[in-house]
Amino acid sequence: MSARFRSAAEDAPWARALLALAAVTIGILILALPLAAVFTEALRRGWGVLRAALAEEDTMAAIRLTLVVAAIAVPINTIGGLAACWAIAKHDFPGRRLLVVLVELPFSVSPVISGLVFVLIFGAQGWLGPWLQARDVQIIFALPGLVLATIFVTFPFVARTVLPLMQEQGREEEEAAATLGASGWQIFRRVTLPNIRWALLSGVLLCNARAMGEFGAVSVVSGHVRGMTNTMPLHVEILYNEYQFAGAFAVAALLALLGLVTLAAKTVLERRGRRA
Amino acid sequence: MTVEAERITRRFGDAAALDGVDLAVREGELVALLGPSGSGKTTLLRVIAGLEGTDAGRLRIAGQDMAGVPARERGIGVVFQHYALFRHMKVADNIAFGLDVRPRATRPDRAAIADRVAALLDLVQIPELAQRYPDQLSGGQRQRVALARALAIEPRLLLLDEPFGALDALVRRDVRRWVRGLQERLGITTILVTHDQEEAMEMADRVAVMERGRIVQFDAPAALLEHPATPFVAGFIGDAAQLPCRIAGGVAHFDPLPIAPLPVSLADGPGTAFLRPAELLAEPGGSAVVRLLRPQGGGELHLVVEAAGQVLDARAAPGTRLARGDACHLVPRGGRVFPGAT
Amino acid sequence: MRVRAIPGFGLSIGVALTWVSLIVLVPLLALAVKPWELGVAGVIRSLSEDRVLASLALSFGTAALAGLASLPIGLLLAYAIVRLRFLGRRILDGMVDLPFALPTAVAGIALTALFAPNGWLGAPLQAWFGWKVAFTPAGIVVALVFVALPFIVRTVEPVLRDLGRDAEEAAATLGATRPQALARVVLPALAPALVSGFGLGFARAVGEYGSVIFIAGNMPMVSEIAPLLIVIRLEQFDYAGAAAVGLAMLLLAFAVLLGLSLVQRGLRRGRA
Repeated sequence: MSARFRSAAEDAPWARALLALAAVTIGILILALPLAAVFTEALRRGWGVLRAALAEEDTMAAIRLTLVVAAIAVPINTIGGLAACWAIAKHDFPGRRLLVVLVELPFSVSPVISGLVFVLIFGAQGWLGPWLQARDVQIIFALPGLVLATIFVTFPFVARTVLPLMQEQGREEEEAAATLGASGWQIFRRVTLPNIRWALLSGVLLCNARAMGEFGAVSVVSGHVRGMTNTMPLHVEILYNEYQFAGAFAVAALLALLGLVTLAAKTVLERRGRRA
Repeated sequence: MTVEAERITRRFGDAAALDGVDLAVREGELVALLGPSGSGKTTLLRVIAGLEGTDAGRLRIAGQDMAGVPARERGIGVVFQHYALFRHMKVADNIAFGLDVRPRATRPDRAAIADRVAALLDLVQIPELAQRYPDQLSGGQRQRVALARALAIEPRLLLLDEPFGALDALVRRDVRRWVRGLQERLGITTILVTHDQEEAMEMADRVAVMERGRIVQFDAPAALLEHPATPFVAGFIGDAAQLPCRIAGGVAHFDPLPIAPLPVSLADGPGTAFLRPAELLAEPGGSAVVRLLRPQGGGELHLVVEAAGQVLDARAAPGTRLARGDACHLVPRGGRVFPGAT
Repeated sequence: MRVRAIPGFGLSIGVALTWVSLIVLVPLLALAVKPWELGVAGVIRSLSEDRVLASLALSFGTAALAGLASLPIGLLLAYAIVRLRFLGRRILDGMVDLPFALPTAVAGIALTALFAPNGWLGAPLQAWFGWKVAFTPAGIVVALVFVALPFIVRTVEPVLRDLGRDAEEAAATLGATRPQALARVVLPALAPALVSGFGLGFARAVGEYGSVIFIAGNMPMVSEIAPLLIVIRLEQFDYAGAAAVGLAMLLLAFAVLLGLSLVQRGLRRGRA
C-alpha cells in the first residue's frame, strides 16, 4: 500500500475537493462578481470615456470634498481613539467597561441614524437650528455636517484595531519605563507607540477608507448640492439616478480601487505586525 | 537606603492583599519576601515601587515619606518578573532609557550615556549583546539586561520580582549566586520577591515570610528554620511533615503512628508537630513499611515509609540495613511542636 | 492613597471623554429625546402607521433572513480557509473582507447591475427560473447577505483555527464517522461563534442603507426599508417622526442582540 496517510481529522479527498469547489464558487458569485461588475461597467465604453467622466467639474469637486472631509475626520478619530485606548488599556478607573461600549457603539448604529442625530441637533428644526440660523452658521447641508457625520461613523475604527493589541501587551513595559523616570508623554511616545505602530496604521487606513466611502450618514446631512456638498459616494448616486451610468461607475471604480488598496495594505500590515 | 513600612494595607474589592504590613529593611541588606502565591508579596513590592496605591499605612524610604511620590520620582530600580524589556529597542537602548528620558538639565550627554551603557554591559557580563533585540536573547541574558537597565539610574534601592522564575533550574542557581555577589559588591539595598524557599534562604540576609497579606515572621534564614514563629512558617519552610500529636508530661506522643515520643516543653494537651525528613530516623522492626529507597551515596539512604496509612519521608538510621518492604519504626531526632490541634 | 503607576492618565481620559461625549453621547441623547416632542400618544401614532410597520418588518425580516442565509455560507468559507488547501485559498481569504472595504454605494450599484433583468446574474435567473431579484425584497436579502457574510466568516474562523484537530481525532479513535465528528464535536464548538457572528451581521444589516436602496426598488409597503423612511420623513421636516423610527430601530436591534447574547450564554453553559 502506498496510499498517502490521511489523518483522522481530515475529510475524504472527494469531500475536500467538493468543499473547496463550493467555497470558490460562492466566493466568485458573492464576492468577486460585484467587483468585476464595477470595473466592467466603468470600462464599457473605453478608457477615454472613463477619463472624461472623472475629469468632469462636479466629479472633481466631489473628489476634493471627500479628501477634505477625510483629512479632518481621520486625525480627530485617531487622536481620540488613541487617548481612549491608552486610558483603557494602561489605567484602572471606574467605568472602563462602559467606555469600551461607548467607543464601539457607533458600529451598531445605522448610517442613516448617524446622520439623523446631527440633523436633530443642528438642522433647521433641531435644538440649535434657530440659534445657528440667527447667526447665519450653516452646519447641516454644509461641510461641518458632513465632517460630523463622518466622524461618528468612523469613530470606532482606530480604537477597535489598536485596543486589543494594547491590552494584550499589558502594562509591564510602561511600568518599567515609569520606574526609570519617564513622563507620561515619554512613555507613550517611546514605549507604547512603537509597539502598536502597525496596528495603528492599519486602523487609520480602515478609518480613512470608511470616511471616504461612507454613504448613508453623509447622504442625510449633505443636501446633495452638486459641486458643493457632494462627496464621491453621493456623486455616484446622483449620476446613477440620472442614468449617467458611465460616470457613476467611473467614480464607483475609483472608490472600489480605494477599498482594494486599503484591503491589500491591511493584509500586509497584519503580516508585518505578527512578525514584529 | 532603609525602607520602613508601617501598617500598610491594600484591598482589592473585599480581599485584603496587604493587611497591616510592618517591615524595616536596613541599609545594604538583601531581604527576601517569601510566601505562597496570593500572600501579598508582589503587591508589597509594587507598593514600595510606587506602582500600587495603599488604603492605609505609611511608607518611608531613607526616612522620607513616600506618600504622593510617583514611581517615576522614586529612583528605585525594579526588575520585573518577566523583565518587561522594551521589545522594539536594542539592548543598549533599553539600558540607556532611564538616562535618556531625564529632563535636559540633568541628562548626561550622548557620549556619557554610551560610556555608562558600556560599563553596565560589562558589569552584567554581556558586552557582545548591545545591538541585539530582546527577542534574540535567552532568559538568562534578558535577566541581565533587565538588571543593567534598573542599575543605570543608580537606584538607591533595588526591587526584584521573582527574578529567577523564568529561568530553567540549571541556569537559575548560577544566576542567583552571581546576582548576590553583584549586590554585595555594589552594596545596594535589595528586596527580592520569591516563592522558592531555597532561593530565599540562600540569597537573603533576612527573610520575611508572608501569609495572607501579613508578614508572619521576619528573621535570618537559620532562625526561621530553628525557631519558626507559627505553625504556618514551620510547615512552609524545610519540607516538614505536619503530624498531630498528644502532649503529656513534657513528651509528644504520636500513636497510632510508629514514631517514638519526642521531648517538648509544652503543657499537656493536643499538639501539632512538624518533622523534617532528616529528623526522622528509620530503624528496623515496627508497624511502618519501607515503600521506596533513594540511595544518596556515602551510605546515606533516603526513604519513603508508610505508617498507619500515612506516607512520610525519612532517613535510614546510620548503620542500619533496610530494603523495600521491610518493617520499621521512626525515631525523631528533633522537631518543632506547637500546642493545639490544627 | 490612590496611585497611578503610569503617568498620563488625566490628559488621555480627558481627551477620550470629550471625544466620546461630543461625538457619541450628545447626539444619541438627541435621538432619545427628540421623538417625545410628539408626546407619548404621538409617538405611538407615528410608529403605528402602516407604512412604518411595514418598513420595520421588512428591515428586520430581511436582515434576519440574510443573517440565516449567511450562516451556512460563512461556515463553508471559514472551513475552506482554515482547513482546506487549494489554489486561490489566500485570494479567497482576502476577498472575504471585500464587503468591509467596498463603499456601500459601490456595492449597491454593482449588485443592482448584476441582478437587474439584463444583468449577468439577473438575466439567467429570470430566464431559467422566472425569478426577479432586483427591485424586490429578494434583492434586499441578496445585498444584506453581501454585507453580513464577512462578519460570520471572521467570527467563526479564529475559533475554528484554535479548535485544532485533537477533538476530532479523539472522536475518530472512539469510532465516530467523519460526519458524526463534524456534527457532534466541531459544530457545537462553533455554535457560540456562529451566534455572535449572526448578531454582528444582523446588526449591520438592519441599518444598512447604501447597498440596499439601489437594488430595493423602494416601493412603499413592499420594498421600502426603515432607514429610507427616516430619510423621507427628514425631507418632509418631520424630525420627531424620523427620530421615532430611528429610536425604535435602535431599541429593537438592541433587544435582538440582548436575546442573542442570552442564547450564547446558554450555549456556553451547555458546553461547560
